Formats: sequence, C-alpha cells, structure tokens
Amino acid sequence: MSASLQNQQTSSLLDHRLDLRIAIPLLVVLAALPSVLNALGETFYIGVASRILIFALAATSLNLILGFGGMVSFGHAAFVGMGAYTVGILMQGGVVSAWVTWPAAFVVGGLFAFVIGLVSLRTQGVYFIMITLAFAQMLFYLMVSLKTWGGDDGLSLMSRSRVGLGLDLANDAQFYYVVLGVSVLAFFFIARLLNARFGHVLQGIRENETRMEALGFAVFRYKLIAFTLAGAIAGLAGALLANQGNFVSPALMQWSQSGMLMVMVILGGVGYLYGGLVGAAVFLLLEDVLVGYTIHWQFGLGAVLLAVVLLAPNGLMSLFKRKASP
Amino acid sequence: MTGILLLEQALNGLQFGLMLFLLAAGLTLVFGIMDMINLAHGSLYMVGAYLIATIAAASGSFWIGLAGGVAATAVIGVLLELTVLRRLYERDHLSQVLGTFAILLMANEAVRMVWGSQPVPMAMPAALSGPVALLPGFSYPAYRLFIIGVGLAVALLLYLLVTHTRVGMQVRAGASNREMAQAMGTNVRLLFTSLFAVGTALCAVAGGMLGPLLAVQVGMGESILILAFVVIVIGGIGSIRGALLGALLVGLVDTAGRTLVPVLFGQLLGPAAAATAGPAVASILIYVLMAGVLFWKPRGLFPSHG
Repeated sequence: MSASLQNQQTSSLLDHRLDLRIAIPLLVVLAALPSVLNALGETFYIGVASRILIFALAATSLNLILGFGGMVSFGHAAFVGMGAYTVGILMQGGVVSAWVTWPAAFVVGGLFAFVIGLVSLRTQGVYFIMITLAFAQMLFYLMVSLKTWGGDDGLSLMSRSRVGLGLDLANDAQFYYVVLGVSVLAFFFIARLLNARFGHVLQGIRENETRMEALGFAVFRYKLIAFTLAGAIAGLAGALLANQGNFVSPALMQWSQSGMLMVMVILGGVGYLYGGLVGAAVFLLLEDVLVGYTIHWQFGLGAVLLAVVLLAPNGLMSLFKRKASP
Repeated sequence: MTGILLLEQALNGLQFGLMLFLLAAGLTLVFGIMDMINLAHGSLYMVGAYLIATIAAASGSFWIGLAGGVAATAVIGVLLELTVLRRLYERDHLSQVLGTFAILLMANEAVRMVWGSQPVPMAMPAALSGPVALLPGFSYPAYRLFIIGVGLAVALLLYLLVTHTRVGMQVRAGASNREMAQAMGTNVRLLFTSLFAVGTALCAVAGGMLGPLLAVQVGMGESILILAFVVIVIGGIGSIRGALLGALLVGLVDTAGRTLVPVLFGQLLGPAAAATAGPAVASILIYVLMAGVLFWKPRGLFPSHG
C-alpha cells in the first residue's frame, strides 16, 4: 500500500510536502539571519529569533496532534515545562551535557504524554480538551509545590548546556544555530511522518474515526503514538527554552501557555505543515512590535487575532494556499 | 470544635459553589445550545465586577451599584453577541477559541485603560458587614450568608424558568437538538440573544457579589473561567442540573481541600510539609476530581444530549 502511494504522480490531500520552493529559501534566510543581524548591529534580535524557532517547534508538535490528528490538547505547555525542568533538574545535579539532558527532556516529555494520553484519549471533543487541561494543571501545581526545585520561584540554570564540538552555547549566535539545527531536524521528521503511512492513517482518523476503526486500524494506538511523540518533541522544545532563558519555572506550564501555543497553531493554520512556524513567528513578532508602540499592546494583539479569525477562517497559511492555486 | 470547623467550611464551600454556578449556568447554555466555546465569559464577569464597584462607589450604595452594574453588563454582553460572537456560531471550536481569546485580551486591556492596573476596592453593604450567630458559639459573616441566599434564589428561579415555562422548554429543546428546535418553530437566534443577556447578567451578579470578598482586578475572570469550565464538564455540558451539582461539588471540594489538606498533612507529615505541599495539593484536588469523573463517565455526570 505504501509503495503504491509513493508511486502516485498526483499527491493526495493527505500529503503535506515540504515544498522545496518554500523550504530552501526559508532555510537560507534563517541560516543567514545572525550574520545579517550582526551587520545591522541588531544582535538583540538573534535571541528573539531563537525564541521564535523554539516556539515554532513546540507549536508544530501541537499541530501534529491538533491539526493532523484532530486531538485538541489544552495541556501542551505541560510537556514543554517538563522538558525544561528535566534540563534544569539535571543541571542542578551537575549534568550539563546537552547530549544527555536534551534526549532526557525528549523522553520525559514523551513519558508524561504517554501516561496522560492513555487516560485522556478515552474521551472526545470538549471533554478531551478539559481532561488534558486537568492533567496539565496537576503538573503545574506539582511543580509549584516542590520547593527542592524552586517551587513557585522557579529554578535558575547556572549556564547553558554543553554540546562540545567546539560550540559554545553561551554565544547567542552559536546557540541560535544549534536551535535551528534541532528545529529543522524535528520539522523534517514531522513532515516525513505525515507523508508516510502513519500520517495518512492519523489524518484518516481525524476525518472519520469510526470508519478507520471499521477498516481495522488500531485507532487508539495510532492516536496514543502521535500524542506521545508530540509530547516528546514539546519536551525537546522545553529543553531549548530552558537554555534560552537559563531559567525554568512553573509559569512555563500554566494553562495560558497551553492556550498561547494553541492560538499560535490556529493563527498560522491548523493542519498546515508550516502552520505552527508561521503562527509562532507572527504571534511573537507582533507582540514585539506592539510592545514598542503602546503599553496597551495586548489590545492590538487581540484586535489582530480577531481580524484573522473573521477574515481568514483557516489561519494565515490558508491565504497563501488560495493564492497559490486559484 | 471540629464540628463547627466542618460546618463553617461547608458553608464557605456552598457559597463559593453557588457563585460558580452563576457563571457556569450561562456558560453551559451557550455551549449546550449554540455549541460555542466562549472564553470571554470570564471577561464579562470581570467587567461586571468593575462596573458594579464603580457605580456603587459613585452612588454610595451597594444596591444601586449591583442593579446598575448588572444591567449595564447585560447590555455589553448583548452588544458583543450581536457584533462578534454571532459570527462565530457556525465556525469550528478552534476558531471560537481563537476569537474569544482575542476578545479576552482586548477586554483585559480595555479595563486596564479605563480603571488602571491597581485593584479597585469594593465595600460590602454596611447592614451585612457583621457576623450572625447561627449556633451557640458559632457565628458566620452575614454577607456570606446573603451570598448563599442570593445563589439559592437564582438557582431556584433558573430551575423554575427552565423546567416550568415555555421559554425553558425551548431552551431545553435547543440544548438537546438545535436543528430540530429550529424546525419546530423556535426562533433560536432570538432565544439565544436573550439567553446570552441572562447569562451575562448572572456573570455580573457573581462578579459584584464576590467583589467585596476578592479583589476586583484585571485577569480575575481567567482563573474563575477555568473553574466554570471544570464545573460544566463535570456536570455534563448543556445541563443546568449538572452545572448546579458540578458547581457545588467543585465549591465544596476546593474549599475543603484548602483548609483540610494542610491540617491533614500537618498531622501526617509535619508542619513543614503542610505549609509547602498543602496548598498545592489542595489546588490539584478539583482537577483530580474532574479527571476521575471523566474517566468513569466520559460525558459528565448528567449528559444532556447524544
């Protein structure tokens, strides 16, 4: 079956190709960004760019389950937070190598997602939204109560993780390149997955769960795997985020953070491969620009989001798609 | 001693639960009938509290403030429904989440523009500021008793409205099957705008009543919004009875957890653990409750449709 799918000339609706006409120029721009910002003397924005990439990674992992699997998780920030705490806690214990802590964050994020998914995926629709929120809130309050790891005040990291290879993550540009590398790899992996049989089954489940069940697919297992994987990638994003700010706190896991990730995905385009990336970039840049203009920037942000909902029902990516194929 | 403590906590829980019910009732009907997720519901509660506090301060009377603020908030709610929310009914849940989240951001900021970032103080009516002796050796704040009374009265009124009137029948019909209700001649749009006005007014009542107990401040709507969602999910979406039961359950569990868990921890693990882990575990309790309910009954305790 997969062989025949690959041989088809016309791509099906379920395919979400990277589209090299977009991917390659984008990659070139992203790779050149630190040098350009350096030349302009705007090195501050290298940090902003790293932050955008990290949130793009987290939002894309949410889009994997929300956009392609139809699972509206309202607790995704919890996995980001647990990944961040993994790095923070290990560093407190003297483990600074990124080669240990980042994979650990990936595994921890995935483990929590597996257990939470095991329970949550029994429910549907709004009940699923709320039960994922419930578990996220439980983890949030758990971390608030654990004074050993900072509790409410959070945990400061003494330095960024070490990757070796002659790279120094304390240098913002080098940190940016490592973040870019990790994000591109994860993004490529998600794209591969979505265009493989697994991704097609997942989208089939989104469209009609009962039918996929009747066709003999182990629907629950597919959903659980996707949920776990999304949690793991969110954990990895959390590891990067902990390094970015050298700080970890329960605030990372608050429900409003989950809401923000969801807003990024919806803003960019639910079920579009680049949706999470576009949403995160637009959201964070908008924030940055508006903050410069007015202290009431949240009003402007709200107004723009409202305009997007009313004018571009399927997110910003849907505007591009319409132009590309009239 | 412990008996009185329990009684006091039960009354506190009842009072908090009834206020939650005022929010959850509007939220669950909006959700049950129009299938609409309204994250801006908590913002109306906040706006209501601000308006009531302001009018009460200007007029010098809590009662004028309450009446005027509730009416003004209901008008704002209807305007919001007619201009924006109405356009979101036909859209999927995710668009509704984004749209109403946008309104939430704008409402917070608008309140900050008008009233500033500092919390607005609000006084309770002088006549109700003292304690009332309920039992020999046990007195309870009159204002909290008053809140309980208002909550019970509103709950009863809503119950009568929903179960014993023609409008209530249409509301129930709309909640269980909107298309069918429409086909049978119910003007769902009109029904809904009026319902939204009622829901908004209830929010404002809750905001105004809780105002003197909690701080009237920006963002006060969000935390209580989450609790209201927890309530309707536990109760079963679209069900008023479920909302009442869920609200009382959440109110009691939350209040009991906040006072009893630290005591329990103190006796089992020592005072240090009680001070640190106690409050957090208490906060977790209602989410454990919700996860437990959904695990055993994935559609809530009183599912109203399907």
